[in-house]
Amino acid sequence: MQKYILRRLLSTLPLMVGITLLTFLIMQITPGNPMQTMIDPKISTADLARAQERMGLNDPMIMQYFRWLKEIVVGNLGYTIKTGQSVAGMITERLPATLLLTVTAFLFSFVIGVPLGVFSATNKYSKRDYGLTVFSFIGISVPSFFFGVALIYVFAVKLNWFPTSGLATINMAGGSFDIFVDKVKHLVLPALVLAMPNLAVIMRFTRSSMIEVLTNDYIRTAKAKGLSERTVKYKHALRNAIIPVVTLFGISIPTLFGGAYITETIFNWPGMGSLGIQAITSREYPVIMGLNLFTSLLVLFGNLTADVLYAVVDPKIRLSK
Amino acid sequence: MEMTQQGGVSEAKRGSGETSGARQAWRRYKKNKLAMFGLGFIVLLVLISLSAPLLAPHSPFNSIKNAAGSLDIMAKPSHEYLLGTDSLGRDVFARLMYAGRISLSVGIVSVTISTLLGVLLGSIAGYYGKWIDSVIMRIVDVIYCFPVMFLIITVSALLKPSIYNVMIIIGLVSWTSTARLVRGEILRVRELEYIQASKALGVKDFSIIVQHIIPNIMAPILVQATLMTADAILTEAALSFLGVGVQQPTPSWGNMLNEAMSIMVLRFKYWIWLYPGLAILLTVLSINFIGDGLRDALDPKLKGRK
Repeated sequence: MQKYILRRLLSTLPLMVGITLLTFLIMQITPGNPMQTMIDPKISTADLARAQERMGLNDPMIMQYFRWLKEIVVGNLGYTIKTGQSVAGMITERLPATLLLTVTAFLFSFVIGVPLGVFSATNKYSKRDYGLTVFSFIGISVPSFFFGVALIYVFAVKLNWFPTSGLATINMAGGSFDIFVDKVKHLVLPALVLAMPNLAVIMRFTRSSMIEVLTNDYIRTAKAKGLSERTVKYKHALRNAIIPVVTLFGISIPTLFGGAYITETIFNWPGMGSLGIQAITSREYPVIMGLNLFTSLLVLFGNLTADVLYAVVDPKIRLSK
Repeated sequence: MEMTQQGGVSEAKRGSGETSGARQAWRRYKKNKLAMFGLGFIVLLVLISLSAPLLAPHSPFNSIKNAAGSLDIMAKPSHEYLLGTDSLGRDVFARLMYAGRISLSVGIVSVTISTLLGVLLGSIAGYYGKWIDSVIMRIVDVIYCFPVMFLIITVSALLKPSIYNVMIIIGLVSWTSTARLVRGEILRVRELEYIQASKALGVKDFSIIVQHIIPNIMAPILVQATLMTADAILTEAALSFLGVGVQQPTPSWGNMLNEAMSIMVLRFKYWIWLYPGLAILLTVLSINFIGDGLRDALDPKLKGRK
């Protein structure tokens, strides 16, 4: 087990190098190297050359990369072009809101997706299974911005059950319980929109996994022993069917963080996604690249966790090699 | 001479095999109601898109002046404007049809780019193995770590937003899953006897890949390409919605939906955002149905595999 984790840890190293290298290379093609924009364009050519020298812009690319990497490692993601704010600071400020949204969407997609998948599998080829199949196709096909807008229209504008946007009601009066309920109400719609495609995939995956497990010999044996249909399905089959679903943990992470861009924009959610969109409209490349780097490392870490978790639940992986 | 003759014979054989295979596949495909619905809708959409200039009652780009000489802004659906007009007084129905052309061409072009790239890099990785394989697959892994949406938005922020750039960006970023698929299939096929025999006969690597391996793994590639067309159309719509994709006045379902960000439009002018939204949903849904139907029809063994 330890050996497996160690091996998995080592394999992430080249990926980390790749991620930082790709980020660095994209930054090189951004109009106006972020470092270069700090030099006054009106100075003489000699001064310009000196300034470039001082900032190391004449060094070979690889040297620049390592110097940049050193800054990244100590947590400096650079500063915004216009206001000079720390990018790392901006991201950490926005992180909690995005985490709240993505973790909730993550829970939604598994808590709703897995039972629906199991239901579909145990009612295989029935009308209800067919209906759920169509539902899952709609789930992967509906554009999040349309789904979001439609939900706002129905549940916020027409029915007035949920607020249209934001993290919480500003200056809300009331006890801590009221504030909590208010926050939950703000969270439901965006989390549902973000969870939808993921939920649909999890549902399909659980369905086929469950169907496959139900054809196994040990299921027939369990039935032959006289165990009830319920026990066989939900105790014997489900346990094994659920194992491969764990692999979807890792795949969910980039989907959720990528989806946050649009979901946060529609719902005016003050997270990393809406920060990214603002950065794009105002051409703040340091922020865009900082976000890119940060999320991809988050995804890498998430995948690592998912793989380790998979090894924990599946002895076949843990014990092999 | 001998080589060309041999090629001719095997080609003829393959040709006849393909027709009967295709007929069988079609028979299986026809049974899938959802897939048939998808096919019907896409055929209809293609026809409408092609004949948009003939069908459109108004220009999709220009605001319409009414008889009194003022602009018909946000007019309700009526006999004159089948689906109403938008906030600049342009006919929604005409824009919807022209946007269909954009979505379909973005889908087809970007998927052609990504499939060619994916097949090329995937087959190189799978066929040659060793360090080439490691390098290509590590690149794939790295791209996998960046949420695709992030990466595309970043690159599209760097380039000037235009329909061609959108096609290229989506194509360049989404080849990884095809590469993984092709590599896996090639690893499976590579050690089969007929490939070993071709090698022993001295057939060049390139010919082995193009003539003997690719035709054998065409089914999963086709299925993958279909499903990716759905994704590409969704991505284009999202980019245009966010303002970094297809630019006004060119209509795109995504940039038409952007108007719903105004709470006034959302609340009172449903026709401006509802129809483009439904258009994207139905198109993507239909393509996904087709992809799923193709998977079951082309290779019954693959059934149920995601």
